[in-house]
Amino acid sequence: MHHRYDVIVVGAGGAGLMSALYAAKGGVSVACISKLYPTRSHTGAAQGGIGAALGNIQEDHWEWHMFDTVKGGDYLTDQDAAEVFSKDIIDVVYELEHMGLPFSRTPEGKIAQRKFGGHTRDFGKAAVERSCYAKDRTGHMILQTLYQQNVKEGTLFFNEFHVTDLLIENGRCTGVVAYELSTGELHTFHAKAVILAAGGYGRVFKITSNALTLTGDLMSIYYRKGLPLEDMEFYQFHPTGLAKLGILVTEGIRGEGGILRNSNLERFMERYAPSIKDLAPRDIVARSMTTEIREGRGVGKDKDAIYIDLTHLPREVIEGKLAEITDLARTYLGQDPVKDLVMVQPTAHYAMGGIPTDLNGLCLSDGNGGSIEGLYAAGEQACVSLHGANRLGTNSLGDLVVFGRRAGKYAAEYARQVEFGDLPDDPEADSRQEFERLRTSNGKENAAGIRKDLQETMMKNVGIFRNGKDMAYQVEYIKELKARYANVAVADPSRKYNSELIEALETGFLLDCAEAMASSAVNRTESRGAHDREDFHSRDDVNWLKHTMAYKDLNNPGNVIIGYKPVALKGFTRSFEPKPRVY
Amino acid sequence: MTQTPVTDSAVNPQVAAAPVAVDVPMMRLHVKILRFNPETDKKAHWVTYDMEAQPGDRMVDVLNEIKWYKETGLAFRRSCQHGICGSDAMLINGRNRLACKTLVRDVAKDGGTVTVEPIRGLKVEKDLLVDMEPFFDAYRAIMPYFIHPTPFPAKEQYQSEANAEKMAHSSNCILCACCTTSCPIFWVNGSYIGPAALVQAHRFIFDTRDEAKQQRLGVVNQNTGVWRCRTAYNCTEACPRGIPITQLIEEVKREVMFGQS
Repeated sequence: MHHRYDVIVVGAGGAGLMSALYAAKGGVSVACISKLYPTRSHTGAAQGGIGAALGNIQEDHWEWHMFDTVKGGDYLTDQDAAEVFSKDIIDVVYELEHMGLPFSRTPEGKIAQRKFGGHTRDFGKAAVERSCYAKDRTGHMILQTLYQQNVKEGTLFFNEFHVTDLLIENGRCTGVVAYELSTGELHTFHAKAVILAAGGYGRVFKITSNALTLTGDLMSIYYRKGLPLEDMEFYQFHPTGLAKLGILVTEGIRGEGGILRNSNLERFMERYAPSIKDLAPRDIVARSMTTEIREGRGVGKDKDAIYIDLTHLPREVIEGKLAEITDLARTYLGQDPVKDLVMVQPTAHYAMGGIPTDLNGLCLSDGNGGSIEGLYAAGEQACVSLHGANRLGTNSLGDLVVFGRRAGKYAAEYARQVEFGDLPDDPEADSRQEFERLRTSNGKENAAGIRKDLQETMMKNVGIFRNGKDMAYQVEYIKELKARYANVAVADPSRKYNSELIEALETGFLLDCAEAMASSAVNRTESRGAHDREDFHSRDDVNWLKHTMAYKDLNNPGNVIIGYKPVALKGFTRSFEPKPRVY
Repeated sequence: MTQTPVTDSAVNPQVAAAPVAVDVPMMRLHVKILRFNPETDKKAHWVTYDMEAQPGDRMVDVLNEIKWYKETGLAFRRSCQHGICGSDAMLINGRNRLACKTLVRDVAKDGGTVTVEPIRGLKVEKDLLVDMEPFFDAYRAIMPYFIHPTPFPAKEQYQSEANAEKMAHSSNCILCACCTTSCPIFWVNGSYIGPAALVQAHRFIFDTRDEAKQQRLGVVNQNTGVWRCRTAYNCTEACPRGIPITQLIEEVKREVMFGQS
């Protein structure tokens, strides 16, 4: 089936919904395609808040937020992006409030704010309350509110449509191909501009806070065109996932005063980050926890977890401001934060890297300023690069709305100025071929088995602590998995709601993301932010203060070509010199 | 336990470390699923899968295990797996629940049987997967969005903590449909907008910042609206988010009677 809209948005999480609203404000026709139902997107799982220098509790300034973002990113953050972000986010938080978002409130009725890891006043002096929150379900409220506004504006949704291909002709994107789950039909969406906002790929790891559906689909599709993925080696492990399950436990628990303790009940973060302790940025806390576990001070049956202690906080704070995680700990671990220590362990959480874009969301085709006309990206799947080598807590929700808004605005502006581009003769050909291969293969491989092997080895070899030997092994192992993937057969022959077929496709996407990630990681011979190498322990600004651009070698399958892009070390009005990162 | 050097004065001496879990034996269970494939079946039929699971596994883990390694054609929705996305509402042992918030030990004994069926009152598309469109139609009917024609201040609108708290329950809804599809009135009359839509109506009616209260009360006062509720409390019992839905519906009823101008 053939459809035509000025702007197509892929994904209906925070970035997709915000960009759809702003594209519609630009006076063009908009449709939003999602592989899920609206409000099922993983933005809803974000808990702790959205950081903005409102100064509702104590003095705060956008410059301080910008500094924390740059330092948190271990100076790989593009400072022009950080400046735009730290200013814009203040306005966008007010805008969300004007959309009706039910924020928690201060006693005088302002938006409530709390402390979060790495957010400080006066350029690192002490922790500051910057995270604007709605209890501990801020992402849920943002997702619901943005969906509500799209209902109000009459945005057209194609639900449970899986995008399988991007149509790019002569450097211009002219649409997407999507698979309709309910019928098994392929659809061509002809568009003047396309906005990609389809989320991350946490399912490349075994223990993750990410939904089953976060499989890096659009990153992989972009990469398969020979286009670059930026900074894929930087992947964030959130310090506090529920033990064994990886379900997110918000950093807000530490913002409200929660304390991490080892098997001796020692507050060990005092040793690793003397000034801000448990409120150090996530890469540092996750590594400190893992070090404690490695040195035998872990807790639980396998001694592979750490306690989070909230028991000194009043019951009202725990059950009120932290209602969500209280329910999760009680439901899944049978541990009650009011009186028990809760067992947590680091969980794969967030991709700092992704599809490279400029400040307006325009997708970049190389490290030298080349771009794909008409193609925009925002959110976790994009890399602008706001988060550098390590994202600060709350900056993910901020990224979605700030850069989702910009992508929507600029995509609409572009669409107003141009005619529809030409489509290929048979736009669905490649997608059809891939589906037919999976359906008719007489191979013996099960996609779920390959995915499991990938997740377990990525955890082990490209996890929190890395070294050249393990990563080089993983690069080769991914080649083996890809060879096995070529023999995947889908057993279910049905056309309607064939989710086995989709999961097989998603496994292929994950393999690409893993390939780009492992190859980028083994190539970077330094430690920076979330990328921590046991064989190259220090940050090396002389050789590595640059972004990685990983390209699939289209002529040599399995090979990854690594290029680079300079870091924007200057903001528009403020800049921060790289310095050693201590807290 | 060896907890000698307690270095931080903030440690609460009353607190014992959480019990260390010991190895738990796997449970055997028969998972009896009501299956329907529109391409091959005239009507739904039960199929039983013999599975092993840990007592603390989620039912969604068991369903995934079936789908990935036993019966790859099994269709059901799932995404976040921890009760926030609202995808996996289903009838487990005759009760509406989210498969990801239901632990095996709470619905089966070792060697026992668990039944799994699609939620009721919406058309079954395939296996456990139903047509959600009528549910979202009802949602859209109550104008589920903030309405505020008056220009906004430069910063945020102020709202008291108490007024914000009035939305604490209603804004917690994840649109999973557990409530609406457990409602006997909805089963017999699909034009009733149902508890989930009324929870959403409550969220805006009791938002002190919203300016369309009278319009909203008019919508829920229609014959497809709030007066269909016969306070069966099924919805409240079914809600995986612990929302006191029947109470919220009663508050909406009172607002229609006494708050309409």
